[in-house]
Amino acid sequence: MSSTTATPIADPHLHRDDEGSRLGMWLFLFTELILFGGMFLVFAVYKFIHYEEFHAAARELNSMFGALNTIILLTSSLTIVLSIVAIQKGQKLLSIFFQIITIFFALGFMVNKYFEWSAKFSHGIYPGSETLLEKSSGEILFFGLYYVMTGLHGLHVVIGVLLIGYMTYETIKNKVNSDKYVRLESAGLYWHLVDIIWIFLFPLFYLIA
Amino acid sequence: MSSHDSHNENAHAHKPSYGIYILIWVALLILTGLTVAVAGINFGNLTVITALTVASVKSYLVLEYFMHLKHEKKMFWLFVYTSLFFLGVSLILLFADYTFLEGN
Repeated sequence: MSSTTATPIADPHLHRDDEGSRLGMWLFLFTELILFGGMFLVFAVYKFIHYEEFHAAARELNSMFGALNTIILLTSSLTIVLSIVAIQKGQKLLSIFFQIITIFFALGFMVNKYFEWSAKFSHGIYPGSETLLEKSSGEILFFGLYYVMTGLHGLHVVIGVLLIGYMTYETIKNKVNSDKYVRLESAGLYWHLVDIIWIFLFPLFYLIA
Repeated sequence: MSSHDSHNENAHAHKPSYGIYILIWVALLILTGLTVAVAGINFGNLTVITALTVASVKSYLVLEYFMHLKHEKKMFWLFVYTSLFFLGVSLILLFADYTFLEGN
């Protein structure tokens, strides 16, 4: 406590626990696992009960939208992790560049999603629509889960954009720097989780036809 | 995962480099292509199992490399895989239940 050895006065590591911060972020991610995991269980059960209807309904989805969004999200996962490498190396501008690219990919994902949903809506397939309600109960369930799960995932993407945008601001302001970048890492962890959820959503919804 | 400098506050004491992440990204893209290609072939029930297996491999790569689990303390690893294990248990029990309830 009252150490007489000459430690630097303003030790930047004082009262700082990066590992604890990351662990806290992981704990939050576990709550996300419960949220989405529960939905995946619901999906699994209904797919089991309404096997044929789920496959018929999945044929309505355009797997090209899904595949393209998979590539977009995987690449954005790469760019956010590269932004962390850049900040570790002290390459501030490169880190900012990678963060902005990540945000662009995330927005690209949402634009893609917008076109996909618009196409569904124009075919009269949206929650509670007459076209949808005429279908079998299995297909209604499929599209219900489709809108809820990809919608909730989309909401996470939007939150990710805000989060990474804030990190970009902090990096510009040097609040995130080559010594102190745990916030950027936590934002990255969140972003990778969003990616992992999509890794499972994509084959389950788009590729079971 | 074995050698870890527990004295270092920063888990990324290893030399940061871009290369490994680009390799992982290429692997992830190849696996995505594989899922799409396999989906075109009708394996019946195996199609879903194949898709889920590939998705699990992809998630493993993201967790270990992109999310740096490989360089975190063992404790992180234990936390993550314990939670995933129990999610897996719920899934297996649920399916065991529904398989035997079939026809009721």
